[in-house]
Amino acid sequence: MNLALRDIRYHRGRFILTSIGLGLLLGVVISMGGIYRGLFADALAVLSSTKADIWVVQQNTNGPFAESSRIPEDITYRIRAVPGVSEASPLSFQTIQIDKRAKPYRFFLIGYDLNGFGGPPEIITGRGIGQKHYEMVVAAAMGMAIGEKLHLGLHDYTVVGITGKVVSSGGDPVAYVTLSDAQDIQFKKDNSAIRNDRERLGANLDALRSIPPGQAKYLKQNISTITESTHTVNTIVARLAPGADLADVQARINRWNHYRPLSVAEQTRILTKGMIEKARMQLGLFRAILLVISAVIIALIIYTSTLDKIKVIATLKLIGSPNRVIVGMILQQSLLMGVIAYLIGYGLILLTYENFPRRIVLEDVDLQVLFVIVMGICTLSSCVGIRKALRVEPAEALGG
Amino acid sequence: MDNSLYAIEVEKLTKIYGKGGSAVTALADASLQVKAGELVAILGPSGSGKTTLLTAIGLINEPTHGRVIIDGTVVADAGWLPGIDLKRLRREKLGFIFQAHNLIPFLTARENVMIALEINKLSRNVAKARATELLTALNLAHRLNSYPSALSGGEAQRVAIARALANKPKVILADEPTAALDTENGTNVMVLLKKLAHENHSAIVVVTHDQRMVDGFDRIFHVNDGRMNSELCKIPSAQSNGS
Ligand SMILES: Nc1ncnc2c1ncn2[C@@H]1O[C@H](COP(=O)(O)OP(=O)(O)OP(=O)(O)O)[C@@H](O)[C@H]1O
Ligand SMILES: [Mg+2]
Repeated sequence: MNLALRDIRYHRGRFILTSIGLGLLLGVVISMGGIYRGLFADALAVLSSTKADIWVVQQNTNGPFAESSRIPEDITYRIRAVPGVSEASPLSFQTIQIDKRAKPYRFFLIGYDLNGFGGPPEIITGRGIGQKHYEMVVAAAMGMAIGEKLHLGLHDYTVVGITGKVVSSGGDPVAYVTLSDAQDIQFKKDNSAIRNDRERLGANLDALRSIPPGQAKYLKQNISTITESTHTVNTIVARLAPGADLADVQARINRWNHYRPLSVAEQTRILTKGMIEKARMQLGLFRAILLVISAVIIALIIYTSTLDKIKVIATLKLIGSPNRVIVGMILQQSLLMGVIAYLIGYGLILLTYENFPRRIVLEDVDLQVLFVIVMGICTLSSCVGIRKALRVEPAEALGG
Repeated sequence: MDNSLYAIEVEKLTKIYGKGGSAVTALADASLQVKAGELVAILGPSGSGKTTLLTAIGLINEPTHGRVIIDGTVVADAGWLPGIDLKRLRREKLGFIFQAHNLIPFLTARENVMIALEINKLSRNVAKARATELLTALNLAHRLNSYPSALSGGEAQRVAIARALANKPKVILADEPTAALDTENGTNVMVLLKKLAHENHSAIVVVTHDQRMVDGFDRIFHVNDGRMNSELCKIPSAQSNGS
């Protein structure tokens, strides 16, 4: 006869409630592990969905995610010409926060070349961007419907397609527009600002005595071309031709002196070690603390339930039960509580993780390790109760 | 069975609780022999040392001096003998019944009896059959699946008796088994014990306060202030076999 199960059957309500409580706690531990993994996945989401081999950024920067990087769009052509590069494409990134229906609405806008790559990795509903202007593809998490319009910069952009789960390294959903639209949104000034700039620069030119009036006039006519160029991007991504050597290509681009060609591995290190390291440590700390709390709670529960059973234990000893029966009762109960709490926690996260504000990635390894840890905690915690139980004298069964 | 005549032998048993100034001599030089099938009562005022004697025989209270021999095995000689498996002796040779029935609250009546059998390595099915049989014999057939909290005092005490008897022990020890019961139930329990002593051929030692309950016992001992009064030992009240 299994005493642990009999006791649980009799104290069903108490056992279930305790397991649920513990389950919630373990659910939080599991979700923290998931958030931790999610941080990685999020941080690398754009990096990996772009499927580039080299990220060319401004010299001396860790761009474009960790630091701002600006490079001229036309470097794309030079990079394409590098031996070993099969394709190159410019990308522009910006984080945008606008007020939508009176609520702050934050997303990460990627501008890409329609003829290049780096656009939405997949289209779940609708279609990809088909024309050069005023269309956008958004991540499902943006919560927008096809046909909906968003006012950005000077224009309205219409959602034509929905892509899957792509987020920025900060966890914001991603929206895609064409590169020229993105540059417009980023740089284009409204008409009065443009007029104002022209007047100001024109006045400055007039004031320059050293420039002959003819030249000044010519410059004035071209002010807009000089100052209103928006052909700047944040990075140029490139793919290698089959068989090409990454280091060779990197070395060649390095020789130009103004640009830094980052490999995917370097970019990954920048993103994970630098950007999310603190968050990662924080989460790890929380997990450890929560596990310690769970351990203390399990130990307390097992200890008090052993105290409740002193008389039962004494009686069992009195009628000659071997210690194994008593130890088994306590240990099995503890382990069973751990298993049930774990399942409750896991089930809970499984049902809800899609709705978490940040991405939760449940890795099998994490779940298995946690399970082993929980079992370890249960075994250790029950030692407290077992120690107490083994010290109970059979004579204690006698007291009224 | 073997050359030992007695199921229980106690020789010059002394129990001193505590040490030094606060030491209490609960039992001094008590001696007692009980044969298999014999029904013995121990009477005495509160604090006289009855429970101390019974628990020493029951192998749950280590004697300070003197010997305890259970079914021919010397168990204690100025303290437990080294290497003695007390638990095993308890589960194989002894049955306990107490004032508070000491049933396990989360087991049903039948499971409470079964547990005593299962720790003696009987299979679940055999244990179940035997527990059912015993409880039925004690008029508890309708209470097999009740929890102790749902049993009356008399019913619970009968379950405890069934548990004590389950392994057909050589020795049954009962400490005030009727104290929590009314006279009628108390008398019934005693009648039951007597009957079982004869059927099972067990030695039964019953501690009680209640003079009325000892009717029909083979021998009665009086304990007073830790001393067994042997003068009063031989008062079998006429009928030697009347139940
Ligand atoms: N664990 C103990 N520690 C110290 N003294 C004890 C202990 N148990 C019993 N005593 C003392 O030993 C004496 C005998 O106690 P015991 O319990 O054997 O009496 P009893 O005859 O069973 O009394 P009652 O009829 O009230 O149950 C008492 O004076 C009691 O105070
Ligand atoms: Mg007593």
